[in-house]
Amino acid sequence: MARAVSPRRKFLTTLAAWSVALIIFFPVLWMILTSFKTEVSAVASPPQLFTADWTLENYAEVWARSDYPRFFWNSVVISVGSTLLGLVIAIPSAWAMAFVPGKRTKDLLMWMLSTKMMPAVAVMIPLYLIFLWTGLIDTKIGLVIALMLMNLPIIIWMLYTYFKEIPGEILEAARMDGASLWNEILYVLTPMAIPGIASTMLLNIILAWNEAFWTIVLTTTKAAPLSAFIASFSAPQGLFYAKLSAASAMAIMPILILGWFSQKQLVRGLTFGAVK
Amino acid sequence: MATQSSRFAARLMVAPSVTVLFIWMIIPLAMAIYYSFRLYRLISPDRTGWVGFRNYSWFVNSPEFWLAISNTLLLVGGVLIITIVLGTLIALLIDQPVWGQGPLRILVISPFFVMPPVAASIWENLFMHPQNGMLASLALGLGMKPILFMENYPMASVIFIVSWEWLPFATLILLTALQSLSSEQLEAAEMDGASAFSRFRYIILPHMTRAITVVILIQTIFLLGIFGEIFTTTQGGPGSASTTLPYMIFKQAIAAKDIGRAAAGGIIAVILANIVAYFLMRGIGRNLDA
Repeated sequence: MARAVSPRRKFLTTLAAWSVALIIFFPVLWMILTSFKTEVSAVASPPQLFTADWTLENYAEVWARSDYPRFFWNSVVISVGSTLLGLVIAIPSAWAMAFVPGKRTKDLLMWMLSTKMMPAVAVMIPLYLIFLWTGLIDTKIGLVIALMLMNLPIIIWMLYTYFKEIPGEILEAARMDGASLWNEILYVLTPMAIPGIASTMLLNIILAWNEAFWTIVLTTTKAAPLSAFIASFSAPQGLFYAKLSAASAMAIMPILILGWFSQKQLVRGLTFGAVK
Repeated sequence: MATQSSRFAARLMVAPSVTVLFIWMIIPLAMAIYYSFRLYRLISPDRTGWVGFRNYSWFVNSPEFWLAISNTLLLVGGVLIITIVLGTLIALLIDQPVWGQGPLRILVISPFFVMPPVAASIWENLFMHPQNGMLASLALGLGMKPILFMENYPMASVIFIVSWEWLPFATLILLTALQSLSSEQLEAAEMDGASAFSRFRYIILPHMTRAITVVILIQTIFLLGIFGEIFTTTQGGPGSASTTLPYMIFKQAIAAKDIGRAAAGGIIAVILANIVAYFLMRGIGRNLDA
């Protein structure tokens, strides 16, 4: 809706928009600032936006106190692994539902989404036991499977809405030229769908990275990702704000940076078919 | 265009995801149903047996139960209203021509990248803490007494924190919808003398129906299971003031170590989720038809 407006009006809306954006972002900013303060200035009253005694000590201490690289690596493997596995299963399904829709395709999609409505806590004990019996407990592969299944409905829905936008005529043309089903997917559809697949991938890596229920219930030490890392720094009564902030920053920074850099692709994908 | 063979191929391609999702849903559900009719306490594992509906009746008759149900619905409804109303306003604002739209969007989207335990602990400690939180300092600076957020307004605080986490999601989807609106239509309405409000009411809002539907659907799915934020902040308290259904189940399973009752609660939660899903589909499902 880009329209010509007076500079005065543009200035005022810019001011308003930036104020709102800064308010929304402020908690994150405050956490990052606090992570560089000493514990004393972190709880100074009145609060200081900037202090004189910047320090990296909090990071050093959190680093020394816990095995951050292992948590980090587990997070990477689990979020990327579950997303890739999910895509492998979801792409054919979404393709079929988008291009060969049946009478019940909509119902099937809704059923898939409804499997996500079951509160995780409701099946916590059964799943814990299943993971215990099958030896998947506290393993990366176990969490990859769990998070893949948890996000699969979202992946399928996102891809479905993407694939539906691809005109069917192109596929028909390919078919006329004698392309097999598999070639059709591989050489015609996939290149057109890459942006959609990319943003689906991004969103699901973020969702998996931030998942903080199963990752804590189903792990103890070996496979614990950053969500479990941060849970171990539970809130101490105001005495360790700086260290808590440093640990928090370390837990969210990788995904925050990924998100910032891929913001455009992500936003493009975040429509869920909300726009026709 | 669909031939017999392509239909068959399509079924084959849908089969894996349907199968794994079905297994993922049905086995834990079946186990939960089984346990919900059993006496199964981790503190006395030797005493077992069938107890009929006793676990269910304990759960439903527990003084916490209706509070937990209403807290759950309050949380879902509250967060939906806040994120959609604020999300719409923010989307309308940043859709205007402004300087630095890119960085602006990055700031607005940021809470979405913050994992729930971190979001909850930032708010609880750095902001809402009655001694050291920034809001307490702010209140003192204004000559007021600091608000005891977690003690006096536990549900409102949790709703606020969760809304902050989900606001970017709602804003971005609504913004995308807004950007797909043709400006000619709005300009024509403006020339015809339509007020800003009626432009919003009769052109913008109908255009966003579908986007709002999507926001409601996706957020409800995630909000029904909200757990980590409550666990980190209020622990369901004080008393059971901020206990939701998932949290009540958690307390039965972990604190009381009563697997039977927790399973019964789980089945009740599944039923509640299905009721919500039913009304959701009845109410807004038609907006999603292509």
